[in-house]
Amino acid sequence: MAESSAKPATQAAGAPRPRRLWEIAQLPVLAFLTAFVVGGVIIILADLDVLTQFQATLSSLGLLGVVLLALAVAVVAISIVVNRNISRILSRVVRAPTPLQDRLAGIASIVVGVVVAIALLRTAGFAQALDAAWAAVRTAYGSLLEGALGNPADIVAALQSGDGQQLNKALYPIFDSLVTSTPYIFAGLAVALGFRCGLFNIGAEGQLFVGAITSAYVGYSLQGVPAIIHIPLALGAGALGGALWGFLPGILKAKVGAHEVINTIMMNYIAFRLSEWLLNGPMKRPGSVPVSPTIEPSAELPRFFADPNRFHLGFFVALGVAAFVYWFLFRSTWGFEIRTVGANPGAAKYAGMSITRNFVLAMCISGALAGLAGANEVLGVNHNLALAFSSGYGFDSIALALLGKSHPLGVVLSALLFGTLRSGGARMQNVARIPVDIISVVQALVIAFIAAPAIIRAIYRIREARGAEVVFTRGWGR
Amino acid sequence: MRELKDSDMPPVLELRKITKRFPGVLANDRVSLTLEQGEIHALLGENGAGKTTLMNILYGLYQPDEGEVFVRGQPIKVTGPTDAIRTGIGMVHQHFMLVPVLTVTENVMLGDEMLTAGAFLDRRKAAARIRDISTQHGLEVDPNAYIKDMPVGVQQRVEIIKLLFRNADILILDEPTAVLTPQEVEDLFEIIRSLVKQGKSVIFITHKLKEVLALADQITVLRLGRVVGSTTPAEADEAKLAAMMVGREVQLEVQKEPAQSGDVVLQIEDLEVLDERLNVAVDNLSLDVRAGEVVGIAGVQGNGQTELVQAITGLRAPLAGHIRILGKDTTHLSPRKITELGVAHVPEDRQNDGLVLNYSVSANMVLSEYYRPPFAKGVVLQDDAINAAAAQRVKQFDVRTPGIETPAGSLSGGNQQKVIVAREFSRPIKLLVASQPTRGLDVGSIEYIHGRIVEKRDAGTAVLLVSPELDEIMALSDRIAVMYRGRIVAVVDADAATKEYLGLLMAGVDPATLPQPQKRAEQKVEVVF
Repeated sequence: MAESSAKPATQAAGAPRPRRLWEIAQLPVLAFLTAFVVGGVIIILADLDVLTQFQATLSSLGLLGVVLLALAVAVVAISIVVNRNISRILSRVVRAPTPLQDRLAGIASIVVGVVVAIALLRTAGFAQALDAAWAAVRTAYGSLLEGALGNPADIVAALQSGDGQQLNKALYPIFDSLVTSTPYIFAGLAVALGFRCGLFNIGAEGQLFVGAITSAYVGYSLQGVPAIIHIPLALGAGALGGALWGFLPGILKAKVGAHEVINTIMMNYIAFRLSEWLLNGPMKRPGSVPVSPTIEPSAELPRFFADPNRFHLGFFVALGVAAFVYWFLFRSTWGFEIRTVGANPGAAKYAGMSITRNFVLAMCISGALAGLAGANEVLGVNHNLALAFSSGYGFDSIALALLGKSHPLGVVLSALLFGTLRSGGARMQNVARIPVDIISVVQALVIAFIAAPAIIRAIYRIREARGAEVVFTRGWGR
Repeated sequence: MRELKDSDMPPVLELRKITKRFPGVLANDRVSLTLEQGEIHALLGENGAGKTTLMNILYGLYQPDEGEVFVRGQPIKVTGPTDAIRTGIGMVHQHFMLVPVLTVTENVMLGDEMLTAGAFLDRRKAAARIRDISTQHGLEVDPNAYIKDMPVGVQQRVEIIKLLFRNADILILDEPTAVLTPQEVEDLFEIIRSLVKQGKSVIFITHKLKEVLALADQITVLRLGRVVGSTTPAEADEAKLAAMMVGREVQLEVQKEPAQSGDVVLQIEDLEVLDERLNVAVDNLSLDVRAGEVVGIAGVQGNGQTELVQAITGLRAPLAGHIRILGKDTTHLSPRKITELGVAHVPEDRQNDGLVLNYSVSANMVLSEYYRPPFAKGVVLQDDAINAAAAQRVKQFDVRTPGIETPAGSLSGGNQQKVIVAREFSRPIKLLVASQPTRGLDVGSIEYIHGRIVEKRDAGTAVLLVSPELDEIMALSDRIAVMYRGRIVAVVDADAATKEYLGLLMAGVDPATLPQPQKRAEQKVEVVF
């Protein structure tokens, strides 16, 4: 409620300063960490062991236990209230608190609150239950990390033995995380480029499917072509297919004003059903399974290591494409136009740019990038096209683009993060018996925190920099 | 500043040594201000002088770092608009806070609903109260009319009623005349005078000197966050106030030689343009603008000026008629083609149409030329060339910015406008279309931009100036065309035009029924119909 009177720094406004990387990255990073903390709480709440432990202690302590539990919750609540008003409290101690002091004190208040609450519960006899809770979180996130990055002990042992095969096995999780990250990079770039033009491309998933279809077709139907020609052709076919799928909603928006969100969603359904029909008909390989023929070896993206390591060229193609997208957006006149249309269509129009042209162009490029994600999966990983081969890369990439602030570098980093999580989530499910869906929950929380930055700003007491936010989209119907 | 109290009564409102710092900026530096009961106190200052910050402190949107606020002698702490309203402080913002699809009554009740049986809106009681207020203060308003159907001047009355409804007796009006026609301004002044007579006190924020002199009892001038002086209309004149505001002598009259007009640059013939709702906005309009002259289009906003300018610059396709620029038919050319013919456009809405606010100053400087050498080679932007040009233009046009990488949105309004002017004037241009080029700007910036426009005129550029500000039109134009309901009702030589005559034409009075304006020095008045 009441804002402190001696709080010079946390109010908005002021002279702009040069923006450092941390200033741009702090919100996404903190949102991500916070999402993980909340995810941990959910893991604890969902864990049966923890629950029974708490119940046991509660029944032995009776009413006292309930009171203590309430007390612990109250301590945490107080720490949050203190955090909220830390500037005022701080200004009693220090004459004029700097933003850094303000922020550190704010975080410290919450940490102290949590530590006190835990200490209180431990001494009161909840030690076992708390240990169980800690164990649950540690197993979950520990196995997640191990599944994503490998077991450090194994890696060290493999390095010492010098045995190639053993090393390959130990490093397998890391490389597989990169393999999972690759389609995320492509699809994330697709959504990010749309955002830059003020377009909300929800259709990355459909564009990815169409890209996969076209590249698979080129991959198996062309025969006797050298790899140096076949690979670019197949990738290009994927990009072209995706571009077509992006072009349609783009042209509809430009010419008749149909909203791209609606149309890309609809195009998704068309793409899904189209792939089902093709795999049950024209593209079906002989046999009863709805799978396309395997692509020619000449169309396969080369792998660098022996099986089962699937690390392939696509990862580097993705990095190259990300660099290109960066150049395109920030160093070319085309990208300048796209960004201007996204940032302020009015000014773009007055400056002589064609809004319709840029809508169509951005949707085509966005679709092409998503199409490459599909092509990458077919040519690099699956070597054929099967039903439901994408585990929602196109949809996750929306969150990913937001997390990466629609910047190619941010997208690459977020994609690595998402790929790692997805890849590690499988192991978490096996070892800790925690459903891989917790990853989806964490991702959803990330989106929520990024969509409502005020929460993160309040917790970590981050001052809002005016004029520093990038406009992603302009909402419904402009 | 003035610590003397004239009577036993404490002043209604007193600000004592208010200081407000933002990172890197001292927005208010020990500002003191005293508002007596029944006083109209004008707060005068350039954009960025700290007027708005000060009023936001008073309204509880910001907290002062130092200093105190007293209401009727009592120190108060305002932590939000609700607090402010409770202490009797009300504010009419420059941009109205009304819901267009609701009625007057509903808008007035928003946030302070009168209820029956605890849950139902008592519209009737509220409407009755609104009627009382409006008869008491001469604020004519129909409580059941919808906001969207009202002219701006009436909407403003609703804003004032909102405050009176909440029993505010200290009224803060932030730039209230910016959106009004000359007649509406007169009406507003009457309303303010009547409010004061009934014991209300008014703080009137503005940068228009004439209004201050016409209305205020007391004037406080702010510059760079400090009070530079207090005065009264009796002691001050426009030149003195302007000098206080800007900190130096200001040229209020635009200095210009008689026009040396040349060939016709812009030729409009029987033009017809529709607006968004497909109503005829420009109706069979013909007009010529010659090289080396300024033609001003006077008219109340919304009489088709916007659509006319959009048609000329290619942003809106005309329904019928022709537009020729330098003899070339441009009626259906794209905006870019028209720009490339040497047409510059200063749009009326600089934040939405003129600039990309979160782009840097340097990107905004090349917004209409980015694709051409030297700013691009092929499709590759040449950052060095862009930055060099931007730095040079910032210097040449005196744009006050921390750097060329600063986002345009963080500049003051005047400097934002200078960025647009710098961009548009740095090209070799034959025709300049300027829509309200000084809207919302302070005296210093207006002087500067007017000077640049005259400079372009003297260099042989044809200038079409559109503005609802008669002062601006009369100061700059060589010929004045009055636009009413999409037509040019008269074209008058500037020397022969009087404010009253133009005002009547703007209000739709048939020029045939008016006595011809006094011809000064054999100037010719032609009436087009």
